[in-house]
Amino acid sequence: MSDDFFGYDFKDEEEDLESEETYARLTWKKTFLITALLALVFLCAVVAIAVGAASSFGPLEALNAILFKFLPVEEPSAFAQLIVLQLRLPRIIMALITGISLGVAGSVMQGVLRNPLVSPYTLGLSSGAACGAAVAIVLGVGVFGAGRYIIIVNAFIFSLLTMALVYGISRMRGTSVETLILAGVAMSYLFSAIISSLKYVSGNEALREIVFWLMGGLYTTKWENVILLAPLVLIFTLLLMRYSWDLNAMSAGEEVASSLGINVNRIRIITLVLASVLTSSVIAFTGIIGFIGLVSPHVCRLLIGSDHRYLIPASGLMGALILLISDTACRTVIQPTEIPVGIVTSFVGVPFFLYLLIRRKRRWWQ
Amino acid sequence: MKLKVCDLSFGYNGKAILEDISLEVGRGQTISLVGPNGAGKSTLIKCIDRILKPQKGAVFIDGNEAALLNAKDFSKVMGYVPQSTKDVFPYTVFDIVLMGRRPHIGWRVTKKDIRIVAQTLRFMGIEEFAERYFDELSGGEKQKIAMARALAQEPQILLLDEPTSNLDIRHQLEVMKIVRQLVQGGKISAIMAMHDLNLASRFSDKIVMLKDHRIYEIGDPKSVLISENIENVYGVKSEVIIDKSGRPYVMPLDPI
Repeated sequence: MSDDFFGYDFKDEEEDLESEETYARLTWKKTFLITALLALVFLCAVVAIAVGAASSFGPLEALNAILFKFLPVEEPSAFAQLIVLQLRLPRIIMALITGISLGVAGSVMQGVLRNPLVSPYTLGLSSGAACGAAVAIVLGVGVFGAGRYIIIVNAFIFSLLTMALVYGISRMRGTSVETLILAGVAMSYLFSAIISSLKYVSGNEALREIVFWLMGGLYTTKWENVILLAPLVLIFTLLLMRYSWDLNAMSAGEEVASSLGINVNRIRIITLVLASVLTSSVIAFTGIIGFIGLVSPHVCRLLIGSDHRYLIPASGLMGALILLISDTACRTVIQPTEIPVGIVTSFVGVPFFLYLLIRRKRRWWQ
Repeated sequence: MKLKVCDLSFGYNGKAILEDISLEVGRGQTISLVGPNGAGKSTLIKCIDRILKPQKGAVFIDGNEAALLNAKDFSKVMGYVPQSTKDVFPYTVFDIVLMGRRPHIGWRVTKKDIRIVAQTLRFMGIEEFAERYFDELSGGEKQKIAMARALAQEPQILLLDEPTSNLDIRHQLEVMKIVRQLVQGGKISAIMAMHDLNLASRFSDKIVMLKDHRIYEIGDPKSVLISENIENVYGVKSEVIIDKSGRPYVMPLDPI
């Protein structure tokens, strides 16, 4: 068709140019939004560094603690340096990493399963991780013996096993998306029951720890966690973005995707495995932080549409933004105590989401 | 481009859906598959498009076995229009038609891709919807968009699964005329699963009548659409009139 359109002349230089401009304009809008999100995330990070419960130094001194590393500015107090560099900064970066991974995984899972209700939570990944953590906390046994990382490793492995199990169950019925989601929901209930029984038999100390883990939080973040997770999240996000076109085609339905030359089952399992490893490795450290994986993709779809080339990065940044704001609120609103971030993400996100649902007329979830 | 289906059989859990189907489609031909519900029309379309894998037999494109082509090359030859498109997430019409470029695209969208999408929209008469969201459009418009996506693949064979079944009569005619216009350009062939015998009669060169998973009759509309065949295949008494253009027109009367 390079010279004609199925035997007809539908070339029109002027209109072709016009459509190129239209496409460029649409693309520019999406790029602009991603850039704006990036700027907003950076801005929020700066604010998050500046504020905190410590009363002996102010926001400026807090920022100086970081600038001092690179620039010849006035030296902040040792206490400020300690708080900012060892507590606030790793925690803020962890919030960004976690938000990105939940947002990216949520958008990919929803896209590949063509279902707006899918998230790491609904597929049973989160409850799998929680169950693994609870087993480690109460019984003190991990998949790989005992040790410092027993809770994290257990949560990670349980979470991945859940995905494998859910996928395996759906395979038995010919990999329909509905079975996959229902299997995920069923597994969630099973894990909840296991967690409840573990809570029931556990002593005070363990019970407290489980409850904290279930509510999710970033307060235990150390630099070593950040250094481990940051490259992993970056690599997996880029890997998933490579499948953007396939995900786009798959949202037109399996048959159409297949007629566009896509091996539907192969892409589905690859992207689900990547997204599962991405979320599992992060929630193993943070505990359950619900809602972000579900809502970030929706918010971004309302803003820029569903083209995964833009949706995946936008959703990751949106996740980072929501989690960073929530976590900063967690540690500053009721000083000096902390609210678990899982609670705050819901309080911040749900009203925003409902507002978007009600205000926008478009209804794609039916 | 010549398509040949040889002794194709397909079944599910031991239940046969298609048995020993053989047919040929020449360049620039329109072929309609007709038959009662469950006769295997849609399944045959999906077997030809490799969406389903036949247990027996093969499909040949210009003498090459289709199953041996790699997926991308195959999708440059064959375009598929589903019966209806349900959108889950919001995409603009332009984005949806651009998906049809998937077999040709690496990562970046080239000027050529954009031009082909624009030309396709213009050909289908839907360029004004380019920036609209898919779910804001009517059934007929959606069907045209699904066709535009298949055409953006630059296929040589277009497969349509009951392209008119959800449309009002005006859109039925518009869609069929677009298919005819495409085929008359001489560069593409069309295979359609059809429920409406009269549309099939008016717009096809050849009709394949399926009954109980097998081909009951193949031929031009005049020789296939006769009362006797319709009675045997559908179990319906009918009167067939030959209209001014020499095409048979079927008036169904009573179920037997």
